[in-house]
Amino acid sequence: MPWTNLFVERKEPPFDQDEGKDLRKISFAEAIREALDQALERDKRVFVMGQGVDAPGGLWGTTLDLHKKHGAKRVFDVPLSENALTGVAIGAALVGMRPVFVHNRPDFILLSMDQIVNHAAKWSYMFGGKVKVPMVIRSVICRGWGSAAQHSQALHSLFMHIPGLRLVMPSTAYDAKGLLISSIVDENPVIFLEHRWLFKHTGYVPTGLYSIPFGKGAVRKEGNDVTIIGISHMAVEAIRAAAELQKEGIDAEVIDLRTLKPLDTGIILESLKKTGRLIIADVGWKTGGVGAEISAIAAECGFADLKAPILRIGCLDTPTPSSYVLEEEFYPGVDDIVQAARQLLKK
Amino acid sequence: MPKTGIPGKKLIELYKSMLKIRKVELRIEELYSQDEMKTPVHLCIGQEATSAGVCACLKKEDYVFTNHRGHGHYLAKGGDLKAFISELYCKEAGCSRGRGGSMHLIDERVGLLGASAIVGGSIPIAVGAALGSVFQKKKSVSAVFFGDAAAEQGVLYESLNYAALKKLPVIFVCENNFYSVFSNLKSRQVKDNIYLRAKVFSMPAHRVDGTNVMDVYSTCAKAVKYARSGKGPVFMECRVYRWRKHVGPGSDIELGYRSEKELDSWLKKCPVNTFKERLLKTKLLNAKKIHSIDKELDSEISEAFEYAQKCALPDKKEALKYLFHEKDDYALD
Repeated sequence: MPWTNLFVERKEPPFDQDEGKDLRKISFAEAIREALDQALERDKRVFVMGQGVDAPGGLWGTTLDLHKKHGAKRVFDVPLSENALTGVAIGAALVGMRPVFVHNRPDFILLSMDQIVNHAAKWSYMFGGKVKVPMVIRSVICRGWGSAAQHSQALHSLFMHIPGLRLVMPSTAYDAKGLLISSIVDENPVIFLEHRWLFKHTGYVPTGLYSIPFGKGAVRKEGNDVTIIGISHMAVEAIRAAAELQKEGIDAEVIDLRTLKPLDTGIILESLKKTGRLIIADVGWKTGGVGAEISAIAAECGFADLKAPILRIGCLDTPTPSSYVLEEEFYPGVDDIVQAARQLLKK
Repeated sequence: MPKTGIPGKKLIELYKSMLKIRKVELRIEELYSQDEMKTPVHLCIGQEATSAGVCACLKKEDYVFTNHRGHGHYLAKGGDLKAFISELYCKEAGCSRGRGGSMHLIDERVGLLGASAIVGGSIPIAVGAALGSVFQKKKSVSAVFFGDAAAEQGVLYESLNYAALKKLPVIFVCENNFYSVFSNLKSRQVKDNIYLRAKVFSMPAHRVDGTNVMDVYSTCAKAVKYARSGKGPVFMECRVYRWRKHVGPGSDIELGYRSEKELDSWLKKCPVNTFKERLLKTKLLNAKKIHSIDKELDSEISEAFEYAQKCALPDKKEALKYLFHEKDDYALD
């Protein structure tokens, strides 16, 4: 489909660049594929399932030809029975396998909320830790090209609300590979969300296997005037906004949380202590969203450090419209972050 | 009396298994009013033959998944009695460490891998365990118990399709007791033909008298053999009746949603007593043997209740424990 090539950003974010002999530049999508490839290679318990994982395009390249390399028994297409197939993944995990279930849109995950929320998230606690459910649910979220309301949601706030789930949202190729490996290695159900606009971003990624600990955010740019927390693709937008703001003499600190559950509250509060101002830029809706949760944490634990009101940036509280004019209004971006920072710094 | 083809030893085992379930349920019912078992109990009195008959066909390495009315399945699969009763008493020594209660029993050591209180919820999970078994070349089969209302859930049909498509070793056991809380099957489903719906997925599907433990056992034994040989899943609709309320001790016949006549007709088909009569007639049992089995079970049950009552409650400080399985670090294995 044309939009897969057209609306993807090509500007490279200026971070995680590190020259080294085992590093090379690959795309976010290639990093995902490499993590799956190496996990399948290393661990016979791992298998990858989902609609189209063995299709010619390989889900934006993230599963490309893995079925040819690792066999159709380990990388396989599934019927469109999202709820049952999620249960199938849970059952396989319970008896010692490591399933990775891929959804090419998060909207389809809603059909499997019973198995995710009532079963996967609860099976460890509800049975006193006697069994575990090590599984990964991967999904490609957000923007396409006029994809409208049912092919473009983020939905991470729904998962953040549920005890028993890990929630991972990488924004760089390096993190995508390392965090996906951590997700497969983890002993619990993990929701792993990949923003579609990140797929063609490139970054330096080690050739070997590596994992990134959950619950450790990254400071993408240091600054003293305002803290900007970016979720998923908004971390990239936040870095761009920070560069704009620098020209105006506003020194912004940019934080990429990388995982929302567990959440690195330490990195948020520490930054707030320094800047006294907080902006949270999310790829989802504002109401009842991740920004609300982070705001509450900042108010509860960092109130004394606040010099200004906390500002949240998110999608309009409507279903995603399809016309590009309305889409531009719906999705937040660099300009919204810049505006918010100016407002806080009264410039 | 026609020969059953089931060895005498197995018949006694089936009797004991059913009787144990009946006695445990009656004891729970008797003591429930003391308000020490602070968890809603869905008693399976009247449905013992399905648990006993199906589980007697399974090996320890086979998996069982169950539902909110799962006491019988747990016991028949060999689940630990003390851990079960302790769970009802909300104790840390409970099979789910006081985090699950009556509706969420587990004994992973005997392959009972959990119970869902969402109708139909554990069906796909059982299919997944069967898939895992195939991956691991283990030859374990996976049996799942669910009620007639699960046949109103989409997830059953999704699961039947997938298990049949991949020829997975699953035994689907529908215990059709005709009621979903107060609603009769007739008010919920077009036809009383649950097993026929499974046939559409090209799998063997049987309707069985769920009060006759020999019928259940014989049908399930063939089903397990079929599934274990790699031919695919089998479906069993066992027709049973819930003697007690949907939840809690005692009868609810006074509410009028079902007739006394209907209940009486099923009481006459008591799975435990009719089978006992048969064993007496065939001389596999006699008064002395019955007495010794009673005594043995009664003392085991009393011991379990005494144990559970004495056990410690969970530590409040550990309310967060078991949410996640922690790894010390994320270093690769």
